[in-house]
Amino acid sequence: MEARPSDPIIELHRVCKTFAKPSGEPLAVLTDIDVSLRDGEILGLLGRSGSGKSTLLRIAGGLIKPTAGDVFYRGVPLTGPSEGIAIVFQTFALYPWLTVTENVEAGLDALGLTRPEARRRALAAIDLIGLDGFQSAYPRELSGGMRQRVGFARAIVADPIALLMDEPFSSLDVLTAETLRTDFLDLWTGHHLPTKSVLMVTHNIEEAVLMCDRVLILSSNPGRIAAEIPVALAHPRDRLAPPFHDIVDQIYSTLTSRSLESMRAHAQASGGIALSLPRASVNRISGLLERLSVAPYAGHAELAQLASTLVLEVDDLLPVAEALHILAFAELSAGTLKLTAAGRVFAQSSTDERKRLFREHLLRFVPLAAHIHRVLDERGGHWAPRVRFETELEDHLTRRDGERTLRVVTDWARYAELFDYDARSQRFSFAVTGE
Amino acid sequence: MVLVVVVLILIGTGTRQLVSPFIVAHQPAISLSPTALPFYALRTTMRMLAALAASLVFTFVYATLAAKSRRAELVMIPLLDVLQSVPILGYLSFTVVFFVSLFPGSVLGPELAAVFAIFTSQAWNMTFSFYQALTTTPHDLDEASRSFRSSAWQRFWRLEVPFAMPGLVWNMMMSMSGGWFFVVASEAISVGDIQYTLPGIGSYVARAIQDRDLAAVGWAIAAMTIVILIYDQLLFRPLVAWADKFRFEQTAAQSIPRSWVLELFQRSKLFRFIGRPIGTGLQIAARARLALPPGTRRLGRWLPSGHVVDVAWVGVVVAVICYGIWTLVQFAGPTLSWRDVLEASRDGALTLFRVVVLVALATVVWVPIGIGVGLRPKLAEKVQPVAQFLAAFPANLLFPVAVYAIVRFGLTPKIWLSPLMILGTQWYILFNVIAGASAFPTDFREAAASFRIRGWRWWRDVMLPGIFPYYVTGAITASGGAWNASIVSEVVSWGPTRLDGSGLGAYIAQMTQAGDFPRIALGIAVMSTLVVAMNRILWRPLYALAERRTRLD
Repeated sequence: MEARPSDPIIELHRVCKTFAKPSGEPLAVLTDIDVSLRDGEILGLLGRSGSGKSTLLRIAGGLIKPTAGDVFYRGVPLTGPSEGIAIVFQTFALYPWLTVTENVEAGLDALGLTRPEARRRALAAIDLIGLDGFQSAYPRELSGGMRQRVGFARAIVADPIALLMDEPFSSLDVLTAETLRTDFLDLWTGHHLPTKSVLMVTHNIEEAVLMCDRVLILSSNPGRIAAEIPVALAHPRDRLAPPFHDIVDQIYSTLTSRSLESMRAHAQASGGIALSLPRASVNRISGLLERLSVAPYAGHAELAQLASTLVLEVDDLLPVAEALHILAFAELSAGTLKLTAAGRVFAQSSTDERKRLFREHLLRFVPLAAHIHRVLDERGGHWAPRVRFETELEDHLTRRDGERTLRVVTDWARYAELFDYDARSQRFSFAVTGE
Repeated sequence: MVLVVVVLILIGTGTRQLVSPFIVAHQPAISLSPTALPFYALRTTMRMLAALAASLVFTFVYATLAAKSRRAELVMIPLLDVLQSVPILGYLSFTVVFFVSLFPGSVLGPELAAVFAIFTSQAWNMTFSFYQALTTTPHDLDEASRSFRSSAWQRFWRLEVPFAMPGLVWNMMMSMSGGWFFVVASEAISVGDIQYTLPGIGSYVARAIQDRDLAAVGWAIAAMTIVILIYDQLLFRPLVAWADKFRFEQTAAQSIPRSWVLELFQRSKLFRFIGRPIGTGLQIAARARLALPPGTRRLGRWLPSGHVVDVAWVGVVVAVICYGIWTLVQFAGPTLSWRDVLEASRDGALTLFRVVVLVALATVVWVPIGIGVGLRPKLAEKVQPVAQFLAAFPANLLFPVAVYAIVRFGLTPKIWLSPLMILGTQWYILFNVIAGASAFPTDFREAAASFRIRGWRWWRDVMLPGIFPYYVTGAITASGGAWNASIVSEVVSWGPTRLDGSGLGAYIAQMTQAGDFPRIALGIAVMSTLVVAMNRILWRPLYALAERRTRLD
């Protein structure tokens, strides 16, 4: 199917989605989203976790109603799940009590077909997707890859025009995911599917570049479309080819510059306390520092390369890279990570020296840690309830981000032996040192 | 909330008392000959089945309503919670009067009353389990079924019922265990002037007690044992083995429940031939869309939603409760005085004391034994079915034996009648602890062994926390059962000899015999309050603690 501009299959127009926080205030997940899924393309939605990309997919599929804005399916407003749109789920979403064939037949429920007709179509889909021989197996007898094949068969059995895939390969191991991707692309490029276009959510950059004709990058908090990157490479695509690599790099720098920007914005708004901390454990931080300090990187690495050698996905690598940046152990800019002098020292120190250095940097570069430390210092008894900091953070961060930030700062401070937290009494207090 | 139930009962009986009580015309004479027992056993079994079917229908309707409508949920779930705590034998007298007046002169009335009593012992926990399954349906499966645009009917049979099935079958088994107790108790009843006996094992025993025939009691016990074993083999084994395919975990199980009956059905040609048309018919029924015409959905949206209606709804509920309380006062006020309340409370305290002491005793005895058994898989395999059988066996059949012993040796009823309360329900503690100990992760045990944790520390740090959640589950069932049992165990008779252990159970039993409805209601109210209070103050926090402490993340 050649990519020619024509009527969009699905169109989202100025779509916003807000959820109610437990406190009742609205929390914006998506703002002002314009997406059109064109005839004949695979469109990728790429973003970090929490960017609302799965919500966006569900809005396009009619499962969730947008708070504002319009969704059209072939020019007609979409009011709910509709004929012609099918979804492949990240978790497969198979009924464990139905066999493979029965699971695929479930995709035909709404059509009210006769039993023989339903069986015939199910078997055809099973055949097409390469599940022959597994018809009477139950999902729990299948490997992850075979389960997702059932998910695909179930989605295409009703001959959908638009296929929406929510991170379809992310719960599979690397090898299986690769096989499924290749098989799917073979079906797609060979025009064996009735489907006209595909919308795919992913957080795997290489996967997006491998499969999609266009990639939309979503930024987080709230989710909005930050960039659109066309991928004009012919199938089958070669991961090692320089043009492929260039696009991967381009996406990495877009993502990092976006996240640095939003970090800066948050920090300025609150005098630093509400700097949202990325989910990065001390183990990962020191692991990455050690890795960076030795060959082949020698203190300087491209994120794309780092991710593929460490077999980490963006969602795993970027938070750690951000943590290094925040703690001034490394500098993050446009897709590259560069060790600072302190980072180098850290990588070569003993445990005690590392702790000391980490403590210094924590106090200097993480305003929240310094703030908690100061409060503990000033208060009699040297303890403070968690709620106090929670409410301070809530002014600037979403509840989820606030909770994560507190958890991360606790983890870091415990490592640095700066202060401690007692989960039972929900209090921060000074660390009891062994001396 | 307790009031809600009491009020419901009272509103009913208040009017029904106008219908003059009477004696059912044809009282079937109960024969004590052992040859009559198979017939009685069959009758008892049919009552059980009828009640189970009724419970299942009730479960589907009630739980679905509660799960789908937020406003219905607001009332239905607390109501269910309370109904669960009200002692069934307590309100048996009310339902008997009701059903007998519904079908005057016919044996159908008492029959229905008995079935209803069993139904009330089965329905609540089944409904709870189904409701819980409905509210915890996995999100992705829910989305998948919505994206296929399945109708509500298709969704119910494809997704919701299968997902709830393992829990539902388990609860059905538990319900049945409890049900035997009540079927035996409800077959021979006298409420004031109304007396009836229904042919069945329970009435057989009642007659044997009257005639002081210990051999007949022995026959009844034997018959009951056989019935329970047959039930287990023919009904529940196949059900459990079949329900296993609905387990939600995507991993293969280590041990797959098996049943020869199910295998017979699945493998033999004859049974497959019989079974196939039924299976196909059911499948077609489940696949049918049966969707509401699109117009009706829209109509639903016309109903105003939001806070105004919520407030109005709560207002209606409160008004109904207030009206109920007023009726209660009207009904009970003239006859009851504070003296009665005081008396009932004092008796309640005595029974509460007994329950606490007995549960503690059962704990001290069965927890170590259960752990010992549970840690030896071979032994556990043999003991577990026995414990489950003992839990299912209606302890009230054994009462005559115990009573005979008490009379014979001239023991103090106040003390020696007490253990009867926990006779049937202590097994729940045992088999839950066994289950917990066998499920205890091997690596924890190995870790304890490799660090040479022994003696008291092993119990305190390793084993007791490990089985704690299971123990709490068992203890809740045991104490709930003990409350119920108190009504039949605190006053017992052997021929003309009556033993009175006093306590709230004895109070309710005596008032029932006298047909003194206001005081029965008072007794039930006090007992329900105590049960609910015990659940709220003791068991729930313990349960929450168990959940919190045994989670890693």
